[in-house]
Amino acid sequence: MDPQAAKFIGAGLACFALIGAGIGIGNIFGNYLSGALRNPSAAPGQFTNLLIGFALAEATGLFGLLIALIILFG
Amino acid sequence: MAQFEIKRLVPLELFGYDISFTNASLFMVLALVLISGFLIFAMTGRSLVPSRIQSIAESVYEFVAGIVRENLGEEGMRYFPWVFSIFIFILTLNMLGMIPGSFTVTSHIIVTFALAAMVWIVATGIGFARHGLGYLKLFVPHGVPIWLMPLIVPIEIVSYLIRPISLSVRLFANMMAGHTMLKVFASFAVSLPFVAKAFPVLFTAAFTGLEFLVAFLQAFIFTVLTCIYLNDAVNMHH
Amino acid sequence: MIAAMTVLAAELPGIATDVAEALDEHKSGGLPQLNQPDFAPQLFWLALTFVLLYVIMKRVALPRIGEVIEERKDRIQRDLAAAERLKGETEKALQAYEKALADARSNATSIARQTRDSLNAEVDKERKAIEDQLAKKLSDAEASITATKDKALASVKDIAGDTVVSIVSALTNLSVSKDEVNSALAASEK
Repeated sequence: MDPQAAKFIGAGLACFALIGAGIGIGNIFGNYLSGALRNPSAAPGQFTNLLIGFALAEATGLFGLLIALIILFG
Repeated sequence: MAQFEIKRLVPLELFGYDISFTNASLFMVLALVLISGFLIFAMTGRSLVPSRIQSIAESVYEFVAGIVRENLGEEGMRYFPWVFSIFIFILTLNMLGMIPGSFTVTSHIIVTFALAAMVWIVATGIGFARHGLGYLKLFVPHGVPIWLMPLIVPIEIVSYLIRPISLSVRLFANMMAGHTMLKVFASFAVSLPFVAKAFPVLFTAAFTGLEFLVAFLQAFIFTVLTCIYLNDAVNMHH
Repeated sequence: MIAAMTVLAAELPGIATDVAEALDEHKSGGLPQLNQPDFAPQLFWLALTFVLLYVIMKRVALPRIGEVIEERKDRIQRDLAAAERLKGETEKALQAYEKALADARSNATSIARQTRDSLNAEVDKERKAIEDQLAKKLSDAEASITATKDKALASVKDIAGDTVVSIVSALTNLSVSKDEVNSALAASEK
């Protein structure tokens, strides 16, 4: 296989990490929303936790994206 | 990726090390001047009933103070100036990066890693200074059965050691991914024919709004995580 | 639509190369972020600016903001305390006022009752006096009526005596004294 092609395929595969990030972020916001609709008065207090959870979930996906970028350009 | 390129504006050297004044340096100095200038200028009035600009400065202060109080308690206000500097520095650098044609300092892994490493070293130093070797108990969580310890303790240690990496990569990857994304879609606008150009342009406009949110959010997350790590060191709730 | 799609399809390879170019302009150096000779100046300037920023924040900017906020908090606290005190005073005054009002009301009722009682007593007294007077007048009148009746009866006897004297003298030509007639009458009355 052309090494250049393998590199692109590898970068594409590394981007699969973003699937998990997508699921995670969706889960966090979905659960936050359902919780907030059940008990709207408690929702603002959990907003910080929501953002932290969002950042943590997003970070794992970005690690994969980083690997892809490093494969492509590193 | 030209936007991430470091350009040496004034080549300098100190003890054999390259300390050239680069475009990154320019934006760091710009951030320093803007922050200090704004905060000092905003408070010249020092009025009891704040003017518009003074209330902006105060609300930034109160915002960070709120994060510190929430995570570290009133005692943690000792570290407030440091946390505030981190927050305002990252926020300003992120926001300066949103200006088209400018340079995003926080999209460089070495900068974010240096900041995260500073946070990690300071937090660990405070932890050992306050608790001595007892700080190592952080790696032995309460309520875990003994037979699980050989598994849990290494995990805790690795997750502690990986903190500066995750902290720095999060900020770096977010800023870089956002800017790259904008660049890619902007390049679609150049290459697509006729009316179709409108779609990437509209998308880019919408995405820029999202990027402003991300720029703020990442500064906020970095600050909150700094406070959480500090809290581990100061209070050792575990 | 289809025409647009075909145009788009024809353009796609061009787009792909554009994207590749956009991401890849300086392929020789790879990611600019991983260019190690660039690390030293960035670290130096980061350290310099961050330390300066920290010192400025800690020594100048934050104490100023903190001072103003602290002062405002104190002022608000003071004002709140003053407001609390004033509220307490107002409540006290209100209580005093209500007490005075209640006192006045009870006073008024007692005065009204007293007045009513005294008026009733007076009316009773007056009525009694008038009744007494009336009773006295009645008894006086009765006494005078009996006196008059007695007198009238006495006069009737007198007149009867006189008449008997006159009649006896006219019929019999005998002169009868009044005393004799009277005793005779008295005897007949028995």
